Amino acid sequence: MTELVIWAEQRDHRLLDVALEVLQKAQDLSRVLQGRVSAILIGENCVQLAEELVEYGATRVFVVENSKLRLYQSEAYARIIAQILKDIAPEIVLIGGTTIGMDLAPAVAARLRTGLTAHCVDLFIEKIGGRDQLVQVVPGWGGNMMIQIICPEHRPQMVTIRPGVMEKGKREIGKKGEVVFLKPELSEEDFQVNTIEYVREQRGENSLDDAEIIVSGGFGLYSAGGFRLVEELAVALGGEFAGTRPAFDEGWIPESRMIGQSGKAVKPRLFISIGASGAVHYTTGFQKSRVIVAIDKNPKAPIFNIADLGIVGDVKKIVPVIIEELKKDRPL
Amino acid sequence: MEIIVCIKPVLDPDMPPAKFSVDSKTNRVIPPEGMPLVINPYDALAVEAALKIKEAKGGKITAVTLAGSFATEILRKAVAMGADEAININDPAFEDSDTFSTAFILAEVVKKIGKYDLVLCGRQAADWDNGVVGSVIAEYLNIPSVIRAKGIVVTNGKLRVERVVANGFEIYEMGLPAVVTLSSEMGQARIPTGWGIINAVKKKIPVWTCSDLGLDPVRVGKTAARNSLVKLYTFSPSRSCEMITGKDDKEAAGKLAEKIMDIKP
Repeated sequence: MTELVIWAEQRDHRLLDVALEVLQKAQDLSRVLQGRVSAILIGENCVQLAEELVEYGATRVFVVENSKLRLYQSEAYARIIAQILKDIAPEIVLIGGTTIGMDLAPAVAARLRTGLTAHCVDLFIEKIGGRDQLVQVVPGWGGNMMIQIICPEHRPQMVTIRPGVMEKGKREIGKKGEVVFLKPELSEEDFQVNTIEYVREQRGENSLDDAEIIVSGGFGLYSAGGFRLVEELAVALGGEFAGTRPAFDEGWIPESRMIGQSGKAVKPRLFISIGASGAVHYTTGFQKSRVIVAIDKNPKAPIFNIADLGIVGDVKKIVPVIIEELKKDRPL
Repeated sequence: MEIIVCIKPVLDPDMPPAKFSVDSKTNRVIPPEGMPLVINPYDALAVEAALKIKEAKGGKITAVTLAGSFATEILRKAVAMGADEAININDPAFEDSDTFSTAFILAEVVKKIGKYDLVLCGRQAADWDNGVVGSVIAEYLNIPSVIRAKGIVVTNGKLRVERVVANGFEIYEMGLPAVVTLSSEMGQARIPTGWGIINAVKKKIPVWTCSDLGLDPVRVGKTAARNSLVKLYTFSPSRSCEMITGKDDKEAAGKLAEKIMDIKP
């Protein structure tokens, strides 16, 4: 049986969205290869998350529970995962490309002496030279170039997947699967990089991930005062506010609300961009949104090439009217 | 503190990408002529981090690059910022090295330099954003690593690194030597001083080849690559945009508000 394996990243006893995105992608690939999908879960008291992974479609979950592994420990995690993968000998390994995923994946790939492609936005199977190969699609140069990569001979074919670009699957409550508990020995060597603390910052900072509506502003708002329009529109719509790299550099938004290549990738149902010309570094972060609305003063701004609805004009005149109209629509 | 910083020359990431073209036969990106190369911005942060540690603890910074003979000019920029030494790693055998052979060669460079406490890299290169080389250098050297640091502090021979993760940040502690890659949260890289630039022009920058490193050419370059490129193409996501107009901004805005109310989830 063709084996596919994902690493399911958890934090504070919650699976990250990207773990479920990766799990769904693995199942899509598995159907083509007539294989099965196993998940690796590491942490402390995380058995209920194993059940959740099964309900989201994992055939098998390998659980490693240890209080010393509550936080990500790079050496221990890499060693344990490399060992499990050596035993299963999968064809394909998918890892969510979070900071921790990107810390882990190269170490595991190096130990398995295989290739690794980072930040894939698409994956598919193609027969090349008589062998099923995982074609790994990666954007470069700010999203203006794409490459397709394969790992022709080495196995497993390993990739990290950019968070937020693939869809989560549907949960089937009560679905049954195999849960395997592993108890690897831990030694001092496993903690040569010691994660001593995880400081959780104020709530609400992560709200972009689940937001259905995001209003995002750029340098065209001119000032922190001007940027307040973005926040007001977000509130009027019941959505979240965000911004471009320049908006972050100016201190108008915290880093957790920065959209783009070096910030977050989001795909809400409605994304409204205000006062941003649409540099690719920015647009890669939201181009998968269902509907994109762009407001900018420059009719030639590239933002209008990727928007569904556009309006050219003075953002300071346009946005207050929209806010007012929305308030009329929804009496408070 | 002996610090080695790995830097990569890249085309200016702020350049409009429409100026690129693609050679579909060789699967290579063709930059427009006369396009200047810059230090990968994240690698410039690694140089900055090295300089900050040197200012606090003393020591020596060596910048290395593995890109081609042209890369000597990029190393001069690192020297202008304040790096003490620079080495250009260059050999035709290194061409088409993938992430893993690049990291392998750089790890061999670190070994040949011999004395080192820290190896610093940028979190990823601004061209393909891979972000793998730093971690793999650490694997080949069998030393600890942390990626995407926003700050590094060395106290009592131990390294303390802070990095940003989802919903917060993490604090790591480890012994030396170690590999750390630097992220944009670190701040800004300094601009070279006039004196630094003069110093950089005069600096002798040696070239180390495959045989200088005592490497078997089979273990580097194309023959050692694990992944292979199937296709390179330009990509422009586009939608057909319905432009909303009115007799003035106010009227247009009113129309847009109506549309937004219709599509609002």
